[in-house]
Order: sequence, then C-alpha cells, then structure tokens
Amino acid sequence: MNIHQELKYTKEHEWVKIEGNRVTVGVTDYAQEQLGDIVFVELPDVDDEIGTGDSFAVLESVKAAADVYSPLTGVVAEINEDLLDEPALVNSEPYGNGWMVVFEVEDVEAIEGLMTPEEYSQFVAEQE
Amino acid sequence: MENLNKTPLYQQHVDAGGKIVDFGGWALPVQYSGILEEIDAVRNRAGLFDVSHMGEIVVGGEKALDWLQSMLTNDIGRLVDGQVMYTLMCYPDGGVVDDLLVYRFNAQKFLLVVNAANAEKDWLWLQQHCWQGIQLENTSDTTAQLALQGPEAEAILQKITDIPLDQLGFFRFVHEANVAGRSCLISRTGYTGEDGFEIYCRPDVAAPLWEAIMEAGKDKGLLPAGLGSRDTLRFEANLPLYGHEISPEISPLEAGLGFFVKLKKEADYIGKQALIAQKEAGLKRRLRGLEMLDRGIPRAEYPVYNEAGDQIGVITTGSFSPTVGKNIANALMDTSYIEEGTTVLVGVRNRRLKAKVVKLPFYKREAK
Repeated sequence: MNIHQELKYTKEHEWVKIEGNRVTVGVTDYAQEQLGDIVFVELPDVDDEIGTGDSFAVLESVKAAADVYSPLTGVVAEINEDLLDEPALVNSEPYGNGWMVVFEVEDVEAIEGLMTPEEYSQFVAEQE
Repeated sequence: MENLNKTPLYQQHVDAGGKIVDFGGWALPVQYSGILEEIDAVRNRAGLFDVSHMGEIVVGGEKALDWLQSMLTNDIGRLVDGQVMYTLMCYPDGGVVDDLLVYRFNAQKFLLVVNAANAEKDWLWLQQHCWQGIQLENTSDTTAQLALQGPEAEAILQKITDIPLDQLGFFRFVHEANVAGRSCLISRTGYTGEDGFEIYCRPDVAAPLWEAIMEAGKDKGLLPAGLGSRDTLRFEANLPLYGHEISPEISPLEAGLGFFVKLKKEADYIGKQALIAQKEAGLKRRLRGLEMLDRGIPRAEYPVYNEAGDQIGVITTGSFSPTVGKNIANALMDTSYIEEGTTVLVGVRNRRLKAKVVKLPFYKREAK
C-alpha cells in the first residue's frame, strides 16, 4: 500500500493536502484498492457549500456506490473534471491526477480526524 | 470467513489473489485481478469460474419425466438424452421458486442444477411435491462445478480431453468425460453469454482440474474470474438473476421469460393456471432494458419515474457495462412505459436522471 508522506489522512480513507486555506481531497490507495475498478465519479458543483461529515462525492465501482465524506466545512473551489471522463484515474493515480475536489476553508484548524502518514498506516493495519 | 462454506477450490482462490467475500454463506472470490479485466478476458479470450456452490439434485424413477413435467414450466418432454434445458419452477400463484437447468441422462434419470441460495428451499419444495416411486438425491455436497467461458474455451478444454468438443452442441452434455485424467461431466452451457463449458466433478478432483485448465489456458490468456464479473457478464447478456429479475413476487412472464413457460403444455404444472390467467388478463408490468442518458449509474432497487414524477417501476439490476460502454439497467416497469425509446427518470440517490427504454439483450455475441 502506498502512503504519501506529505499528506494527512482521515478515518474515512481520504487524503488531505492543506495549502493555506485551499484544501485538496482525494481517496487513498487503500480505499481505491478496496473499491476495485472505479467506473463513475459523481462530484459536487463548484461553489457548493459542504459541511463536515457530509457526503460530497460518490465513487462507483462496477458493483457498488461508495460515498466520500468531507472532513471539513468549506466551499468547493475546484473539481477534477477529468474524473468524469476517466474515473479510473482514482485507481491508477489516487494521490495524483485522481484528486477529487479543492475546498476553500475558513478555519483550517477545524478539519477533523486528520492523521499523520504513520498514524494512518497504523489505522489501516488495524482494519485488516 | 471461518463460519462460511468453502468450496474445494478455496485454496486456489487465495493463492491466485482472489478477494474473498461472503456470498450467501459461501467464501468465494468476488474478483482476482479486477472485474473489468476479468470481463474482458471472458468476452475476448476465456475465464475460469468456480461455481461449486450451485446445488445439484438427481431425479430418478420410471415416472421421473412425468413428475418433472408437473413441477417445471418448460416442456421437459422435448429433451433428448444428453441435452440440457433452461426452465423455471413456480409457486401456485406464478411466482418463481427458482430457475434451473435440467440435464436428461435418460427418461428415468435427470440432473437439476439450481441456484446456491435456493438449494435448500428447492430441495424441500421438490420433496414436498414428490410422487411415490420418484427418487431424489441431493448431490450438492458431493459435486464441484467449474465454468470455463469465452471464445477460447473450446480450444483450451480440447487440449486436455479426448471428447471432440467441436461436435458438442450448445446445451448438450457428455456424461462420462475425461478431462486431464479425471472423470467428469461436461456441458456446453454457461451464464456469461459466451461460448463455454460447465464441468461437474467430485470435490476431490476439483483442484487438480482447476490447475490443469489454468495450465492449458496459459497461452490463450485465460484468467480466473470471480463472481463480480460473472454478475455483470450475465446481466449484459440478459440472463436473469434470482431475487432480481425473478422472485416469488415476479413471474417469469413479467420477466420476459415466456419462451421458457409452456402454457400449452399438456401437463398441469404448478403455477400454470395462474400464469395463463396472468397472460389473459394482460401483464401490468414488464422487464425492460434502460440506457442512461444522463451521467449516473442505476442500481438495483432504485425507483423509476415517469416525466410527471410518478413512480412507474424499479431497477432490478443496474451497472456500468464495460462491454457496451454504457450505464445500463433492467427495470420492472408499468407496461404503459415499455415502448422502445420512451424516456423515463431513474432516482439515483437525490437526483432524477434521464434514461431511455432500449431493446434487450444489451450484448449478444456474434454467431460463429
């Protein structure tokens, strides 16, 4: 399993990259592995207001749909439109071109449940 | 996984990297390398499935044929020795007990192959309605089953059997075949819409047979294939799944399986009168194919609405279809909306997405 050192992680298997008040969110390598082949991604609209714990996107594999939950309260600043045509990017490049959404956040400190790479690695090991 | 039933191929699945899930009480692989890759293999080369969880019941006795005629909707009297037939078994009200394959060895001996999830229920139902002099034997625990499916299936299997497979017709079987030195039954049947074979054997020879077939298929691109791909393959080819397209509440006529329901058959089988009445009264709902026009994937149990917003049906199976390259579904719908080209709306979570009624099957392999 691939875990990037410069990112933070949530218990719902999202990765989070914080740059000032812009926060990029995607799902982890572990999550994409568990979901299997992603064939469809439903993303929010730009300017949507998302609350902590809300489902802001849906990843659909051949067999099932899985919600992606927001670890933060913020406004959608950017969505990765490439995923609409090429959902498999979530499988092939979960930390790169498979990113999902950029949020603009007022209170970066309030982001919930973030783990360091070491903590996330430990967390996943406990799930197995 | 400890409490689950395991097939004799469990270790093969684990060794091949299968992702094991609880499938109706059975520990079976949902996928190995990936569902899309496995679907591609079956459509273009070959895939090998473990379907040992299926149920098998042997029917014997002088009146075996007559009794089966009284239990099953298709005309079993048309079967010749060595032939297989798809049929349904119904309740008195026309709902479906199960769909199954009937193998005829001779007029006094048949094999029924039933769905794993229904095996126990079917067994009780058959016993309950059994006639004097009919012998029933549940051989599920002593039978393993492998399904080799795909355009290369014949070439692969031919490497390890002397049976001239090019002479084995569709829905025909050879009872005492020898595959890689093991005794088994081979039928030209399957659940994927591709050419292929189902191979029945004793549990103790299942693993060596699996290995021999995988070895024979190595240079043909054969992959082990899991239940995830099996479900999508059968759906693309419009093969029904019990509990989805057919059930105690959905009759075979509603499911579009009228071809396998012989209303004019002489024998008065269970459900016949109800099905005749249903046909005469006119069907109120009917299974149809949907193709999504808006972006989104329809899934089982999602509601279907007309453009005025009234619910007119429900999705029975839905998925992205890699072979067709579209998001498609089966839907059981009010017959006012089943004409090809009709636009309907599918409730996908909190949105209502446009879809249109299309012809089934979604996928049909080209004739040889």
